[in-house]
Amino acid sequence: MKYFVNEISKDGVIAVDDTILVKGTPASAGSKMLENFTPLFSAEAVERLEKAGYGIKGKTNVGEFGLDLLGETSYFGETKSGESLVSAGAEAVKAGEVKATLSVDFNGYPRRAAAVSGVDFIKPTYGTVSRYGVISCVASGEQIGVTAKNAEDIKEILSVIAGHDEKDGTSLPQEKYEYSLTDNVSEMKIALVKELYEKASSDVKAKIDAYKANLEKLGAKVEEVSVDVVSEAQTAWQILMAAETCNNVSRFDGVKYGHRTAEYKNIDELYVKSRTEGFNFLTKATILYGSDVLAKGKYEACYDKSLRLRRIVTDKVKEVLSTYDALLLPACCDINYKSYDILESFDKVFEESVFTAIASITGLPAMVTGGVQLVADAFKESTLLSIADTVEKEEA
Amino acid sequence: MKYELVIGLETHVELSTDSKLFCSCGGHSSPKEPNDCVCPACSGMPGMLPVTNKHAIELAVKAGFMLNCKINQYTTFDKKSYYYPDLPAAYQITQWFHPVCVDGSVEIGDRTIGIKQIHVEEDAGKLVHDDATNTSFVDYNRTSVPLIEIVSRPDFRSSDEVIAYLKKLKSSLQFAGISECEEGAMRCDVNISVRPEGSDELGVRSEIKNMSSLSEIKDAIEFEKVRHVDAIERHTEMLVQETRRWDDVKRRTFPMRNKETAADYRYFPDPNLMPVIIDDEWLKEIRASMPATAEEKGRVYEEMGIAAKEAAVLASDRKLCEVFDFVVAEGRNPKTVASWILTECMGNMKRLELFSLDIAPEKLARIIELVESNEITRAAGKKILSAVFEKDVDVDKFCEENGLNAKIDEGMIQSIVEKVIAENDKAVGDYKSGKTKAMQSLFGLVMKELRGTGDPATIRTLLEEKLNA
Ligand SMILES: [Zn+2]
Repeated sequence: MKYFVNEISKDGVIAVDDTILVKGTPASAGSKMLENFTPLFSAEAVERLEKAGYGIKGKTNVGEFGLDLLGETSYFGETKSGESLVSAGAEAVKAGEVKATLSVDFNGYPRRAAAVSGVDFIKPTYGTVSRYGVISCVASGEQIGVTAKNAEDIKEILSVIAGHDEKDGTSLPQEKYEYSLTDNVSEMKIALVKELYEKASSDVKAKIDAYKANLEKLGAKVEEVSVDVVSEAQTAWQILMAAETCNNVSRFDGVKYGHRTAEYKNIDELYVKSRTEGFNFLTKATILYGSDVLAKGKYEACYDKSLRLRRIVTDKVKEVLSTYDALLLPACCDINYKSYDILESFDKVFEESVFTAIASITGLPAMVTGGVQLVADAFKESTLLSIADTVEKEEA
Repeated sequence: MKYELVIGLETHVELSTDSKLFCSCGGHSSPKEPNDCVCPACSGMPGMLPVTNKHAIELAVKAGFMLNCKINQYTTFDKKSYYYPDLPAAYQITQWFHPVCVDGSVEIGDRTIGIKQIHVEEDAGKLVHDDATNTSFVDYNRTSVPLIEIVSRPDFRSSDEVIAYLKKLKSSLQFAGISECEEGAMRCDVNISVRPEGSDELGVRSEIKNMSSLSEIKDAIEFEKVRHVDAIERHTEMLVQETRRWDDVKRRTFPMRNKETAADYRYFPDPNLMPVIIDDEWLKEIRASMPATAEEKGRVYEEMGIAAKEAAVLASDRKLCEVFDFVVAEGRNPKTVASWILTECMGNMKRLELFSLDIAPEKLARIIELVESNEITRAAGKKILSAVFEKDVDVDKFCEENGLNAKIDEGMIQSIVEKVIAENDKAVGDYKSGKTKAMQSLFGLVMKELRGTGDPATIRTLLEEKLNA
């Protein structure tokens, strides 16, 4: 399969999703709207990697603005392996093309991708990796994460890119983060999220069961726990995600850069035609939904309520994490996704987001490993990395 | 029936910061070419994130102090969405939910005008339309330039009160270094309605958008008053709540396209910007850095012995104050300095059609010092000052090059006086026969010889001594 929409250096060891800027290389975020848009600067994460000697190999294909399931809405071609949907970034890691891929996670796509391709991915705590240079959709929840073959590689790359950046107002003040793989798993207590386990397919349930057995073999305690805010998290996240996305992609209007329609009689027509031609169905549905929840008269009941739900969900999840070291939950519903009618994409993504919304809306770190998802309290990336690493080495 | 006006103002003022509100582009300096002063952030490129300019917050808080506001120590930025090519990100960052200052007031004569709030926001760019090619161009130099919007309560009852308020606002903001308030940099939206005097109800409201000239604001208010009263009394038209604009050529207001007023701006908190917390310590620092207001300044000048009227003129203009304060601090007599500024400097400003006093205060201080110590005459001082205004000359160098600096001693004057008397028998004769006017022409001749540098009193005394001898 074709991993890169733009190759940068044959000697590069890192792939960067096309939603993250690399100076001088076109960044299109999978959209016709940004075909041939070339940024004037690199993302902070990219700069840090280059400075540390990690070359960038190329820009990996993504679904339009990273809104979809696994990259299937990219203007530059569906990302598929045989009949199955996969993402270019995760597959490039799996095939050994690169050591790691940077992706922007807000709607869970890189987490699903890692689960489907059988590689590892971490979305660190919100605010630890600079969002400077991300083609932004959801400022309040998006984070650059790392896909790699194992926990060791993730730790290596994450340590390079994490840390305060004054160019990002949401960046946390801590200058550097030290991660470890040596937390003692045998003494850990893990909460298996009952509501989400029940929603998963039997294939995914089997993966969770196997992972649970591995943990128990290592001496960890795994208990089924009810986290009864998963639907609230899912709906509130959809509202916040769509509203912010609608607002952030408004700048793509055909006036300054990117796609502009060939013929127009006035400014309104320039806007409408350029945007109609430039965006795909999923982006348009997200824009409509997002503009609706922000409308006068609906704001209180939709957006404002979602902000309050974000607090409630966070409190609940943190309460569980005060007695458990991590949550164990599916990363997605299935282990294999086939092409589907694009007109169903908005509902399809919503359905799947129930598994990823918990970590997105709370900003807590989440890791996908062995086809399952682990979520820990803020700044407990080492817990996640240690679990993943211990299980990986046990299995090897 | 008698009617009264009910007017509220929304006043936009540009803040005197060194950079724009959310990026490091120079904000206040005036760029020469379109799009000279833009970066990926203020031109709406993806990937850039806004970082709040703390100085803009401080200036807004200062404005709040000046207008007796309550300062919100928890203040946030929000997004206001609309599509227009002068707004590159398709949203403006403003303060909708938690503005930085609320609930203030201003005294205008014996009236008190309430201030609802002051909020910080970014300016939009500019559209330039070329009719010849039927093309529009955008200039983003102004995008993200920091503004404050001062929202008054509907407390004005006449156009005079509005004008007095705006004048006071302007001089106070200049004083505190909050805004330069340059020509056109203070823009007003005027909300106006009319009701029977004594009534508590509000009439139908018109909003006149984007006014910057005081005389136009006054004319627009007077025009609207007549239009509203006619509509009420003589049913000349059906009043509707609408946005209007003033046409200075046709001398009347016109309704604006309805589309702009019906917009839903979809306000929501900007997740890229953390709430700004103004803690007690920061608040204290800002308060400590507040300069005196124009009124306080005027009172200080009066205490220095300057007449009330002159003190008020000095205090009304920040540049005049700056020069005055500097020269007085150099040890010159305040009354002398005031007279030099109000008579000589303002005379030069009038002659050269300058709107502000932009000379180096050190130069004025030196000129006054030379005159006060009798090193040069006042006339010579005036000559040097004119040259400073015209060519920004160096005071001492100019003095020397033009022979103005030599301390004219009595011996020299004496010899010139003797020479003039010796060469002008007729005038001397006239004087001696009682024509005292002849004294004036002899005096002029001496001055001419001395190229205007001698001390007039000394010349006169010496002339009289010689002639009467
Ligand atoms: Zn800028």
